[in-house]
Amino acid sequence: MTLEPVISLSDVVKSYGDLTVLHGVDLQVRRGELAAIVGPSGSGKSTLLNLIGTLDRATSGTIRVAGQDVGVLDDQQLSALRARHLGFIFQQYHLAPGHSALDNVADGMLYAGLPQRERRKRAAIALERVGLGHRARHRPYELSGGEKQRVAVARAVVGEPDLILADEPTGALDTKSGESVMGVLRDLNADGATIVIITHDQEIAASLPRQVRVRDGEIVDDRGPVIAA
Amino acid sequence: MSDVSLHPARLGPRDVLRVGAVGLRTRPVRVFLSALGIAIGIATMVAVVGISTSSKADLMAELDRLGTDMLTVEAGAPLNGGDGAPKLPKEAVAMVSRIGPVHKVSAIALLKDTTIRRNELVPPERNGGINVMATDPDLLGAVSGGMAHGRWFTSATAAYPTVVLGASAATRLGASPGELVWIGEDRFTVIGVMRPLELAVDLDTAALVGWGAAEKRLSFDGHPTRLYERSNDEAVASVRAVLTRTVNPQAPETVQVSRPSDALTAKEAASGSLTGLMLGLGAVALLVGGVGVANTMVISVLERRQEIGLRRSMGATRGQIRIQFLTEALLLSGLGGAVGALLGALATFGFAAVQGWPAVVPAWALGGGLGATVVIGMAAGLYPAVRASRLSPTEALGSG
Repeated sequence: MTLEPVISLSDVVKSYGDLTVLHGVDLQVRRGELAAIVGPSGSGKSTLLNLIGTLDRATSGTIRVAGQDVGVLDDQQLSALRARHLGFIFQQYHLAPGHSALDNVADGMLYAGLPQRERRKRAAIALERVGLGHRARHRPYELSGGEKQRVAVARAVVGEPDLILADEPTGALDTKSGESVMGVLRDLNADGATIVIITHDQEIAASLPRQVRVRDGEIVDDRGPVIAA
Repeated sequence: MSDVSLHPARLGPRDVLRVGAVGLRTRPVRVFLSALGIAIGIATMVAVVGISTSSKADLMAELDRLGTDMLTVEAGAPLNGGDGAPKLPKEAVAMVSRIGPVHKVSAIALLKDTTIRRNELVPPERNGGINVMATDPDLLGAVSGGMAHGRWFTSATAAYPTVVLGASAATRLGASPGELVWIGEDRFTVIGVMRPLELAVDLDTAALVGWGAAEKRLSFDGHPTRLYERSNDEAVASVRAVLTRTVNPQAPETVQVSRPSDALTAKEAASGSLTGLMLGLGAVALLVGGVGVANTMVISVLERRQEIGLRRSMGATRGQIRIQFLTEALLLSGLGGAVGALLGALATFGFAAVQGWPAVVPAWALGGGLGATVVIGMAAGLYPAVRASRLSPTEALGSG
């Protein structure tokens, strides 16, 4: 396979009017990594996630995601990139209340162009991977917080994306549920998934192989095993 | 460099419908209420069109049965206002019967000062609004009449003191065939009672005696008051053109010709203006319904910002978000339209059944109603859909 990093940022600046929230960030994440982007609130880590996730555009600098220079892509192409190469996990789960766990997961591939039968088939496998095969028919209100987040994880991985971005995935969970979600993410990484977790929680960050520390819009520390290029 | 073509996948029609229905499934009460406005509008319009079409179909069937080929001839007002009311000539019937296309002609003559009473003890003033008229045996055919009881005149009975009563006259007088009534100062035998006549309503309150009997016993001068004439349908216009001169060659301007079926058609036309008003009301209801759908959609977009953000993060394009909310608006108004069309059709069938009309719901009314809901759905959904699609993903997710 290609040796090109899944994420590659060079000298990325993001400003909102006069306010600059990222001052020239350089970052590379390679295939198969499990990395934390950690920092206090207001440090710019969420902005960083939005830029990597192509939900927002950089003011200057270059961002490459899954081999594409996202700065030159239009909105349609970015949508296609997100549909095929990225999976998102949010703090608030964002599950559709009227749909079963299975259909929520299947919706993760809705915009990738697969027929519904195929989506459901893969969704069932993804639910098994997060240990919720027995909850496939349940609606979100019938699930615990930890289970909901595991459904959201399944939705993010169902399309086998090149990169999974998780924004405070345990932020709304108690310690035990949080641990179960982290366990699922570690298992997925062991199976080869590339995962970047945004968190303010030092403890969670410390439990991951690589920690990228962000403060005041800059990367102040980047610790972890250097994967051979 | 991975060589992926970055073209967004298209959603199939089923997925478009399924995604468009998401918002409807999660808020059924709101869906019901906002579809209700559209349903009321469409139901009103379909019912108004259906009921007026059914009534028209009933009229057409009635005209078909009664015929539009009847013309009546009466004496009009005198031109110079002098020397009394003009009369139709005695030989008018014979003259009209010589017009080629005419196949039936008959006459009545109102015997103004002649009264009819149940017996000689009833004072002559109490005539119950019944007019005594002279006629000939051809009248029944000329007015497409029928007998409820007893018999119609033959050339034999018309010469004797016999009387045939109109439907209302018989009830008012309380007389039935075989009984005697007093006409003028003479006794006449009731030989029959007619069924109500739709094209010659004034005969319902008439007591008809034979031409000869009237001349002999009731000092009748032999001048007819009104002629009833039937011809082929196609010939009605040409017959009408020559009728006045044929009836009274000396003074054609004193003769008035009219077509009784025109009165029924005019009655229908009068109710047509009411139909227009009701259609206008339905259109207003529809408009209000459309505003309701637009309102629901705007609220829905505001409430579902996070869903929009999530879908964008999962790879939905702006166009796909736009289509989703447009589909939702279309489904909402289409649902209202379908329910409304059904209710309107049911109302038409119910009303027609009560009135004894043939129920007719024109396909163009149903199609037009559903078409209108599509247009309304588009118009109501466009602005909210565009707004939804313009939301930036980060803004929608409430992060960043």
